[in-house]
Parts: sequence; structure tokens; C-alpha cells
Amino acid sequence: MRPDPEGLLPATEPVTLIDSDGAPVTPARAVVPSTPDLVAALGAMITARRFNDQAYALVRQGRLAVYPSSHGQEACQVAAAQVLSDGDWLFPTYRDTAAVVARGVDPGQTLTLLSGEWHHGWDVAAHRVAPLTTPLATQLPHAVGVAHAARLRGEDTVVLALCGDGGTSEGDFHEALNFAAVLHAPVVFLVQNNTFAISVPLSRQTAAPSLAHKGAGYGIPGERVDGNDVAALLAVLGEAVAAARTGGGPRLVEAHTYRMQAHTNADDATRYRDADEVAAWSRRDPVERLRTFLTRRGDVDEARLAAFADDAERMAATLREELATDHRHDPSELFEHVYATPTPQLREQLALLRDEAARDTPAGEASATATTAGGAR
Amino acid sequence: MNEKLTMAQALNRALRDAMAADGTVSVFGEDVGRLGGVFRITDGLTAEFGEARCFDTPLAEAGIVGVAVGMAMNGMRPVVEMQFDAFAYPAFEQITSHVAKMRNRTRGQVALPMVIRVPYAGGIGGVEHHSDSSEAYFAHTPGLHVLTPSDPADAYGLLRAAIASDDPVVFLEPKKLYFGADEVDLDLPVAPIGRAVVRRPGTDATLIAYGPSVPVALDAAAAASAEGRSLQVVDVRSLQPFDDETVCRAVRSTGRAVVVAEAPGFVSVASEIAARVTERCWDALVAPVRRVTGLDIPYPPPKLEHLHLPDVDRVLDAVDDLRWETV
Repeated sequence: MRPDPEGLLPATEPVTLIDSDGAPVTPARAVVPSTPDLVAALGAMITARRFNDQAYALVRQGRLAVYPSSHGQEACQVAAAQVLSDGDWLFPTYRDTAAVVARGVDPGQTLTLLSGEWHHGWDVAAHRVAPLTTPLATQLPHAVGVAHAARLRGEDTVVLALCGDGGTSEGDFHEALNFAAVLHAPVVFLVQNNTFAISVPLSRQTAAPSLAHKGAGYGIPGERVDGNDVAALLAVLGEAVAAARTGGGPRLVEAHTYRMQAHTNADDATRYRDADEVAAWSRRDPVERLRTFLTRRGDVDEARLAAFADDAERMAATLREELATDHRHDPSELFEHVYATPTPQLREQLALLRDEAARDTPAGEASATATTAGGAR
Repeated sequence: MNEKLTMAQALNRALRDAMAADGTVSVFGEDVGRLGGVFRITDGLTAEFGEARCFDTPLAEAGIVGVAVGMAMNGMRPVVEMQFDAFAYPAFEQITSHVAKMRNRTRGQVALPMVIRVPYAGGIGGVEHHSDSSEAYFAHTPGLHVLTPSDPADAYGLLRAAIASDDPVVFLEPKKLYFGADEVDLDLPVAPIGRAVVRRPGTDATLIAYGPSVPVALDAAAAASAEGRSLQVVDVRSLQPFDDETVCRAVRSTGRAVVVAEAPGFVSVASEIAARVTERCWDALVAPVRRVTGLDIPYPPPKLEHLHLPDVDRVLDAVDDLRWETV
């Protein structure tokens, strides 16, 4: 039986549980997450903020080629990881490194793509986190496929797939939602609507009442949530994941948030948005909001906050150290991972590269390895 | 066990046998279920294996390929159908940006054992978008295997090999050969990917062809034989990886070569073959390698396609051009 269209539509206002001043919203439209969950989220958000700051600094030091910041979107990043069980899957975009860190991946490994060491850094199967994707929305059909295969295999796995507001304009977004609905796949799509796709505002991206409204067209319930309120995100996403796990099919969640920094270091955000707008959003900061809320309730004290800050600082120090290392690469690796077995043509090209390396290496240092150019020393 | 099968039946048998042998093999795409595919390649699979194993999808090629990527990431061996050559283009980004690169991106952690079946090429009187030769796009992309059979036996063996492969395979099926019947030995071991085969021995010149052009080359060789010229015919079968060894041995044995392919010739697989043969066999060649290809035009309307497609006369004209006076 086809669902009632009205039941698929999001509410007029996004779900908020903690307001911009850190005060509880009453009456609450969802169950406020437990204190341990909120405290854990605060710790993860403090780490995520520090991770963003450190990565931005590493760009300036020439250690990262580029960094798409999620400063301001920490609530979305942390909630996306926190609502999943170990057996679930996370499908991130290039802006979601903080979510990958929150999922438990080594921070240095999340930056392998951006540091230019290789296209991808972590163990996909161990973490159940797909590689970062650069093409927009193309990871969404993959998420559906993983979810559909999980159902066929009798697993209760849920897949959470991230994309941005810009990504919702891509064909793959539509095909993924349609497939997910038709296959009744256990996928939760989380759109981080951070208002701009590089420089293009949401009004140029869609004429829909909201991005969550798009779900109705596919038969998927759409919901809107305050993307700077991690309590609301944990509640709404947690409910969506639970529904998907118990056979409820896919959900679409739109989180209203804001990218506080430029698209990447290569972008000048002052050309397309006002300082007043940025300032207004800074007053809705997701980290401060939760810190105020938990401090007022007495759920965290200064010692706990200091411990979180120390943890984050240690993570940053480790990250700096990892990124300061120039790795040595074996040229044969270029050919090892194209096919299960290198083709005759690739074996010929490897021989050519080894021959070049032998000629370039001074006598006494003959080696099949070469050092990468690396960044600034 | 020998049976007389059309290529369509051989492909159907390959899918059925692969699904029976391996529970992770699943088949999906547009119309592949109840209808059995517009060419009936998937006929009866839903009835035999159920809708979880062979199912109809929404009409969305990027989605079909993208979902197959995810299923392959999670332990399945999907085999998807693109229905017609040009209908695969909406899935091009998925194929080139993800299917081809996932193994490389993840340093071998995530293999994508999936097959993208594409009925391709012309000669069937199809209207626009139903007769393209898209092999160069896929063969140009590292990370993909690209196979194309020319007879029912190879159709069976190569498709079994493609499904068994741990790498993604673009499997190009020459539509105009679907319904030609031949003996197929179903007990033969699965043909290895990456080997060309000599279809007809000959001593004067080597015709190198693949897929729909193999019968054209064989017909040309038969016609040349009647005129006293002995032409060898090599069927490439695997465009990526390419079997330099077999092709070059054949060319060296005759000293003359013509590549026959129906795709437009500019920046084509035929160009690549001609260049490789020239580089590797230069000392044995007595004439420049010639290419006989389709014209460099969008695939023409059905009533004009005969002007585009390489035929026996065009192949024989090229053979006549191979500097016979120099020996």
C-alpha cells in the first residue's frame, strides 16, 4: 500500500531541542538524548572543531593540498557517526572528515586523500566507512547497494549516507532515493544543508519548499532538523536509523546548518556572502550551544571540559606529527592496485619505471623506491 | 557436452550456470525480470532463482550501476544490463569514476567483482542511440576489463570468466550476432580473460578484428582465398587487457596487417591496435598497418548504416593496398 503523502512531508519548522542560547526548547518535539550521549557528543564535537582548525593550519603549512572545512557543522558530523552501531555503514563526502574521525578512524588516515599520499587512507571493512567521494552524490547509490545487499544477506545493517545541499541537484541523488524507496533499503540520507554550494545559495539550488520535501516524491518520509543542535540531530537521526533497522525503509533528513569558513582554502567566501550573515550564524554555534546546556545542567564541569580540550590537543599534536612525515613510495604500488593481477601492459610500464629509477639513483643507493616531492619542509 | 546455441542462448546459459554455482551472483536492470530482457538474455532467471536474485529496477542507468557498486562492496557479484549501448552513457560517471577506480583508490581493499553487460554496435537496423560502439570509452579507462565475444562459445566462456573475475568487467555483446547459432562445448574450462585467438590461419596478411567485425573479417578472408590470397584472422576478444603476444605473433607471421572495427576510427581501439602492432612488429612489417573502421560520424540512420559499416569489399580494398609489389 502506498503511503499517505501527508505523512511523508516534513514539519514546517526543523526539530530543535536546545536553542541557540543553550536553553532547552519546550515543548520538545522529540525525546532529549541521554546525558551520557550528550556528553560524549560534546567531547566529539570539541575534537571535531580542533581537527578542523588543525587541518586548516596544515593547508597553510603545505602539508595538505586542500581542506574542505566542516567548522560550524560539527553537530551534523558527530551525530552522523554517533547514531550508528559498529556493523552499520557511513558514506561520507569530501567535507565529512570530522564525521569519519568521530566514527573512530585515525585522524591522519582521514587526510590521506587531501595530503596527496594516496586516494584513500583507512581500512574500509574494519570501520565500515566508505572512502570520501569528490563527485557529488555519486556515493548515494553505493550506499543503497550496500544496504540492499545487507538485507539480502539477512543482516540488520543500516547505512547512513551524507551529502550537501548542492548534491541534491545531482541526478545520482534522485536515482539513489528512488532506488532506496523502491527496494525498501535501510538507508538514512542526511543532507547537510549548509546554505551554499561553493558560492551558489540554496535559492539557486532548488525551488522546493525544503530539501526534506523532496523525500515525498519518492515515497520517503522527509524530516527537518536544526543542524547546529546535536541533541535534535541525535534524536531525529537515531529514530530514523531505528526505523530503517526494523524494516521501515529509507528516510531523508535535512539538517539546517552553515559552513562558517570558505568552501576550501582556495575559495573567497567574502565574494558571495555578508559578514552579518556569518556573524548571525556564529551565534548559533553548535559546540557552544551544547557546552552551555550541559554546563548549566551540571552535567559537565570545568575539569571535564579541560579533559576534552586535552584530548583534542593530543589528537592535533599526533596529526601534526603524522603529516610532517615524508613517506617513501614503492613505484610498483602504482600498478598493484589497478587490477587483481597486473596486465602485461602494466608489467611493461613498471619495468620502465624501475629502469628510470635505477638510472636516476646514484651508485650505492640503488633502490626501487622513490621519495615523494612532499610539501614544505 | 556439445549443444547448438545462439549467442543469446549461450549468454543466458552462462548467467544461469553462474547463478546456480554462486549464490552471490545477482542479475538486475531494466526489463530483465518478467520480460527476460529485450533480447531475452535473462529469460527465465527470475522464475528459476527468484526476485531477490534477478530483478527489475527503476529506469535509471547511473542508479543501476551505482547500486551494483554498493552490492559488490558488500559481498555480492552483481551482473547488470544496460539494455542498449548508448543507454549506458548516463552511467558513465559511475563506471569511470567509481567502478574503475575503487580497487585502486582503496589500495586493493575494496574489489568490485561486477559485470556491466552492454549490448552494442550496429547492423540491426536500430534507430538512433541503439547502435553505438562505445568500447573506446571503456577500454581507455584503467581499472576496467573490456571483453567482447564473436561467437556463442566465447560468449558463454567469456561471460563466465567475467562473472568469476574479481575485477569489474564491461561486457560488450554484439547485437547483430545474438541470434547466430553454433556448437558450444559447455564443458570447456572458463576462457581466461586477456587472450586473443586465431580464428583462421593464413600466410599473406593478418586481419585483426573483434566482436561484430570478426564475421566480416572471416568473410573477407574467405573471399580473398577464392582470389588466391591467404588471410589470417585474429579475434582480439579482450580489448583490455590486450593480448600483444598473440596479435604480434600473428602479424609477424604474415608481415602485413589490417585492423577491422566498426567504431569510428579516430582515437579508437583500432588506432591503438595499429599503433601497438607498428611499434612492436616494425621490423617484420612490409607495409603500413591499415585500419578499416566505421566513418567518423555519429552512427547513421538505419537506411544508411551500410555506408558506415566496414564490409568485405572495404576490407579487401585495404588488403590490396598493403604494398604487394615490394616482395
